[in-house]
Amino acid sequence: MTKETTDEQRSDSMRAKSAPSPGAPVITATRLARNFGRTKAVKDVSFAVEDGEVFGFLGPNGAGKTTTISMLCTLLKPSAGRASVAGYDVVGSRAEVRRSIGLVFQDPTLDEYLTAIQNLRFHAYAYGVPKSTRDKRIRELMTLMELWDRRDSSVREYSGGMKRRLEIARGLLHHPHILFLDEPTLGLDPQTRHRIWRYVLDLRRREGLTIFLTTHYMDEAENCDRIAIIDRGEIVALDRPDVLKDSLGGDLVTLRTENGAAALKELSTRYGLTGSVEDDTVSFSVPHADEFLPELLRTFPLRVLAAGVRRPTLDDVFLALTGHSIRNDRASSNEPHRRYVGTPGLRMQIH
Amino acid sequence: MSSTFRGIWVIAYRELLRFARERTRIASSLLMPIIFMVVFSEGLKRQIGAFTAGVDFVKFMYPGIVAMSVSINAIFSGLSVVWDREIGFLKEVLVSPLNRSGVVLGKALGAAVIALFQSLVMLALAPFFGVPVTLEIVIKLIPIVFVLSLSLAGFGLLIGSRMRSQQSFQLLVQMVVFPLTFLAGVFFPVNNVPRWMEIVSKLNPLTYGVDAIRRIFLAGEVSRLPSGSGHPIIGVTVFGHTTTTLEDVALVGVLGAALLIGAIFSFNRQV
Repeated sequence: MTKETTDEQRSDSMRAKSAPSPGAPVITATRLARNFGRTKAVKDVSFAVEDGEVFGFLGPNGAGKTTTISMLCTLLKPSAGRASVAGYDVVGSRAEVRRSIGLVFQDPTLDEYLTAIQNLRFHAYAYGVPKSTRDKRIRELMTLMELWDRRDSSVREYSGGMKRRLEIARGLLHHPHILFLDEPTLGLDPQTRHRIWRYVLDLRRREGLTIFLTTHYMDEAENCDRIAIIDRGEIVALDRPDVLKDSLGGDLVTLRTENGAAALKELSTRYGLTGSVEDDTVSFSVPHADEFLPELLRTFPLRVLAAGVRRPTLDDVFLALTGHSIRNDRASSNEPHRRYVGTPGLRMQIH
Repeated sequence: MSSTFRGIWVIAYRELLRFARERTRIASSLLMPIIFMVVFSEGLKRQIGAFTAGVDFVKFMYPGIVAMSVSINAIFSGLSVVWDREIGFLKEVLVSPLNRSGVVLGKALGAAVIALFQSLVMLALAPFFGVPVTLEIVIKLIPIVFVLSLSLAGFGLLIGSRMRSQQSFQLLVQMVVFPLTFLAGVFFPVNNVPRWMEIVSKLNPLTYGVDAIRRIFLAGEVSRLPSGSGHPIIGVTVFGHTTTTLEDVALVGVLGAALLIGAIFSFNRQV
């Protein structure tokens, strides 16, 4: 209760646009950590998100993404370290942080028995959106999300993609500074995912939002200005997606020959390349593979049965950094805090 | 304070909106007391009539049924917390800047308004059961029903804030509610039962709610009966003192305030 007194002193229509000074990061995390019993879900994570940036947390299930986002959104207290959002401390100024951010959770949080517009009105009242702008804002966001025509339908009748769009609209109603999206396209089909992204990027442009999101989809992470790759509670890399991919040393080439080991030896003596062998297939990285490969084939002593070139993906980056792929669900089995016991209601407390 | 007040009205508004949109809930909350009335008044009239000296059994039981259905509905309002948690909506409420006291009081207020609506419908039906209703009864009843339902909503919310599934909430509440209502003098006067039952009944806060409502209905009837130090069918006699309507309501109110404060504390511990 005492936490709330600071919030009461603030005026109703407070929009919390004032906090960060220009150029300063809007989110900072300093040695942030969170334990669940003896499980270390997030260990010693530090980063800063610039104003207007789309910042992504990429990692497999159970890597600590939701735990981090929950700490930034004041839903979980950090076990150690500090974080500030929109200039406010996430522990000391919970109410101010909450007012400055929009949130879209992994699991739906809509009241399905109310209509779409009733859900939005509830949110507007709860956040004290002034009467003068309330209806205009609701209409603007619903139109943008292409939901205006269905505003009076029960949310029950909405598809998964529509619900997610409605939640994004709701998260933005109170003019937040920062929008947090926890796995915004989880469980949606590729077309819908694509559409959601179009809306999100459109919104960023129109509203000057900073967006912080978590995902385990590589293609989704490509849309971010910068991504932090997180694994087992630690950030293993943080940069622009193209820089991360370039760090692998260029394109990925696979060659299938009569003798894999011999081929690798040849590559290493002639070009100084290193790579890996699996059966008779050699994989290695090289810049400008499109030019390198014809040159190689002309003079290569071994018979090449097949050759392939592709641009590296973020999954390759992840694999190179952690030694395992983002796609296999290894992590989910050794992260007990994400194993839900009993009813879905429990989730709220756990993560 | 503004955050608390906004919390109260936003949450209450949504409770009412939900109630208005759920026709089955409206229907069941009205049907239950009617079924009780028909079954008990017709079925027990002859047998129990003897207990309620000087007063028609139906007239005796009707106020009890009003109190009982108001109480049950108010307690079950706590289920909405569990339900909100299950569908995820509670998270939307808990991360909003609304303060927790406002959320709890808003839920209780919503429940109280619904209980009030329900009791007014029951009053409208009273003449069909041969129970006369005057404007005076209606006016006096409103604050009593309001206090009673706020208090019991406090109880429901306290339990609801701790429960993770609707099944466990329902099981627990039913286990508490049945003995509570049966030993609250709804069907028979508490001053006229075996000693152990009398003690349990007089410890039961609902007894005082039932009595307060019954006094309003039977005010006319009782005054016509020979007066003495209290009356066997109204008033709860504790240590030789028979409570007045005001004392009944105050007792329920104080207990309710304690339960609501408990529910607020329990809510504050979440997230």
